[in-house]
Amino acid sequence: MSHQRIKTSILVVGAGPAGISAAWAAGEGGARVTMIDNNPLPGGQIWRGAKPSDRQSAQWFERLEKAAPTRIHSARIVSADPGARTLLAELPNESTAAIAYDRLILATGARERFLPFPGWTLPGVVGAGGLQALVKSGLDVRGKRVVLAGSGPLLLAVADLLREREANVVLIAEQAPGAAVLRFGLKLAATPGKLWQAAALRARLATIPYQTNCWVESCHGDGRLNEVNVNQSGRRWKVECDYLGTGYGLVPSTELAALLGCETGADGVAVDEMQQTTVEGVYCAGEAAGIGGVDKSLVEGSIAGYAAAGDESAARALFDDRARQRRFGRDLEAAFALRDELRSLTTPETIVCRCEDVRLSDLDSLDGWRDAKLQSRCGMGRCQGRVCGPAVEFLKGWHPAAVRPPLFPTRIGTMIADDEVNP
Amino acid sequence: MTDTVEITVNGRAVKVERGTTVAAALLMAGITAFHHSPGGEARAPLCGMGICFECQVTVNGEAGCLACQTVCAKGMTVVTQ
Amino acid sequence: MTAPDVIVAGAGIVGAACALELARGGLKVAVYDSGIVSGGASAAGMGHVCVMDDSEAQFQLTRYSLELWEQLSASLPASAQHVYCGTLWVAADEEELAEARRKAEFYQPRGVPAEVLDPRQLAEAEPNLRPGLAGGLLLPADSLLYQPAVAKWMLDEAGKLGATVHTNQRIAALEDDGVHLADGTVAAAGRMVNATGAWAGQITRNTPVKPKKGHLVITERAPDFCYHEVVELAYIKSANSGATEAVAFNVAPRPTGQVLIGSCRQLGVWDPAIDGRFLSKMLRRAIEYMPGIANLRGIRTWTGFRAATKDSLPLIGPCPGYENVWLATGHEGLGITTATGTAKTLAAQMLGTPCEIPFEPYLPSRKAAQND
Repeated sequence: MSHQRIKTSILVVGAGPAGISAAWAAGEGGARVTMIDNNPLPGGQIWRGAKPSDRQSAQWFERLEKAAPTRIHSARIVSADPGARTLLAELPNESTAAIAYDRLILATGARERFLPFPGWTLPGVVGAGGLQALVKSGLDVRGKRVVLAGSGPLLLAVADLLREREANVVLIAEQAPGAAVLRFGLKLAATPGKLWQAAALRARLATIPYQTNCWVESCHGDGRLNEVNVNQSGRRWKVECDYLGTGYGLVPSTELAALLGCETGADGVAVDEMQQTTVEGVYCAGEAAGIGGVDKSLVEGSIAGYAAAGDESAARALFDDRARQRRFGRDLEAAFALRDELRSLTTPETIVCRCEDVRLSDLDSLDGWRDAKLQSRCGMGRCQGRVCGPAVEFLKGWHPAAVRPPLFPTRIGTMIADDEVNP
Repeated sequence: MTDTVEITVNGRAVKVERGTTVAAALLMAGITAFHHSPGGEARAPLCGMGICFECQVTVNGEAGCLACQTVCAKGMTVVTQ
Repeated sequence: MTAPDVIVAGAGIVGAACALELARGGLKVAVYDSGIVSGGASAAGMGHVCVMDDSEAQFQLTRYSLELWEQLSASLPASAQHVYCGTLWVAADEEELAEARRKAEFYQPRGVPAEVLDPRQLAEAEPNLRPGLAGGLLLPADSLLYQPAVAKWMLDEAGKLGATVHTNQRIAALEDDGVHLADGTVAAAGRMVNATGAWAGQITRNTPVKPKKGHLVITERAPDFCYHEVVELAYIKSANSGATEAVAFNVAPRPTGQVLIGSCRQLGVWDPAIDGRFLSKMLRRAIEYMPGIANLRGIRTWTGFRAATKDSLPLIGPCPGYENVWLATGHEGLGITTATGTAKTLAAQMLGTPCEIPFEPYLPSRKAAQND
């Protein structure tokens, strides 16, 4: 148990592509950079575990190595004092750190959007990205039958990893219409690198059934998943499987930004051309500033890093690339927009809030998100609404309530740690 | 030969590759119920990235640890909740 | 549609209790709130129903209210989570233990069960208290409830008697002709009740209430961490010291197994933001009394605004300077406890029926409340 106080010039929160790129760019001019992340190793979700999966990630891990920012891992930011430009972090072994910064770059990434449907709480039902993370962190899936269902290119990336790890991917169910997916594929021609990647991916996945206009409507099993019911535009069938990886796109993680007073919306943290948020000295890059994939994250990270270090011309040189990557993000969003039928997947008995076992019918006749919290306990559990919030927003149109500390369940001993030192 | 670590899961020895998270180790050991919801339902990892809290287990006596964010260490004792 | 006999402004627990009582008295009632049901101080409080004896009038109203809660308890829905856990006042030293004894001697002859605990009994009652405390006072008839569910239930019951509820209606002012909404419309009614807590002074004149901001923390489930509403006796010193800021050790168990940690007061502060330093001070005080709190995990923090009056008694009765406007506010930390007694006292005055306790001490026109 210990408490440390750290001072840094530029603090980067998040060690995914945006964070790595930001730390590298910020360090180019010699600024003192500290990077903090909640995972044991850098890489974020996409490059989890610091194991380079391709040329691009290998190059960026090399750059991170050279830039050598001070790195703090397995740390969660739990509260912030924006006036004092200080974040409070909880580390393993009951340790804590107060980190004071001059400039802050938020690269807090995104999480999956889950939609509740009957049986989605069964063990064996995992996020698509969640399954990817588990496999990258050691889960052996050889010979396991896996259904991937939901929306977006992540399903394909996960299928590719599972195939490589010798899992038996029996179905990819994409809710978007085939025509939209095809149009999106053609637009990739605008970014040749992506087109080539997509074509190669398609070739590798050629043997896996890929169905559009298709979704999983319920999961079944005794104590754990063994079968899913699939619906493709009204045609229904059953598929036996060991795992369902499900995810309906990504949701920007904006809680820390909101706590700092930055303007945020459903599309992420609002930023100006230099990736600066509405709070001076606080920048945001990558998925947290709008979903758009790894290349957008990398370029935004560098812009934020340069800008935070005061090198605006280096930042400007990347604007064209960023515009291209953001266009890709917008196309992505349009192609994989969620269909209305998905709202009826959630039955009155379906658990919406997993932490507190709140069912959809418990939300009947309530007056918005805050009323739901007070009257049904929806969003009152340990995940603090991170899972049910986006689901309820999709189902009911209710916007999440304001963010207050702690950002994660936090030891009371941690909450007082910094004031103990300096009351 | 791969580098392995041994942990104890509900009293049983489980050997995994070094670097494996507790969540992955438990799933490979056939554990389906990591913890139970307030209504008594068995729950297992969902998000895999430390957000949903469905993978919470007791690690070395500390309840509520996130299995997906904890890397297996030699001699670690894990109990499901 | 005919205008209601009375509009209650404020859908917190006090407003909801008044609406139900007035509806039961045969009046046609409408309830208006700028936000949601139980969205103000009622959402923020601990849900403590307790007898208090800072003054004879405070004792009368709290004891009467406790009787009413007891009568109501069986009809409350399960979501109200009404639990007779009792209050345990903790004495840190001999001076506070003397205060515990004095209280017991005050309560017992007045029919309120009260038991003085020695250090061993105190430790048995709450094993997580630190050793070395002088003793305590157990008030077993005190209870805890979940006030947002209670307020909702009261409004539902009032609804069965014809009352209507109008949420998210920004109220600009109460006048003798009705409720003036921020959008310029007037909801006409025969009489108006201002039950908007700390905000009451913003919609009627001659309503001397000030906000007293509080912070609370709730932990993850930690079953059997504590069993009573536990409060330090020094709370009484700090709460009434006249200081504009104070913290005191105060924890309460929720039926979920979660622990509520309080409490603090900042007079005249309207900023709803969490004040990190002040929160820390409050938590450090809690850890002083229950060291194990340091290892619990806080899951949420929030703030709320109590409606404070000059003499620490509520304002229940006709609002000075109006013909048709009444007040039911100024309950400070006792709004949940005294919601039931307030409703009866107000309804008796408005309906001209006998009141079971003297209502004069709470009249808004009293000198001690209005005097500046």
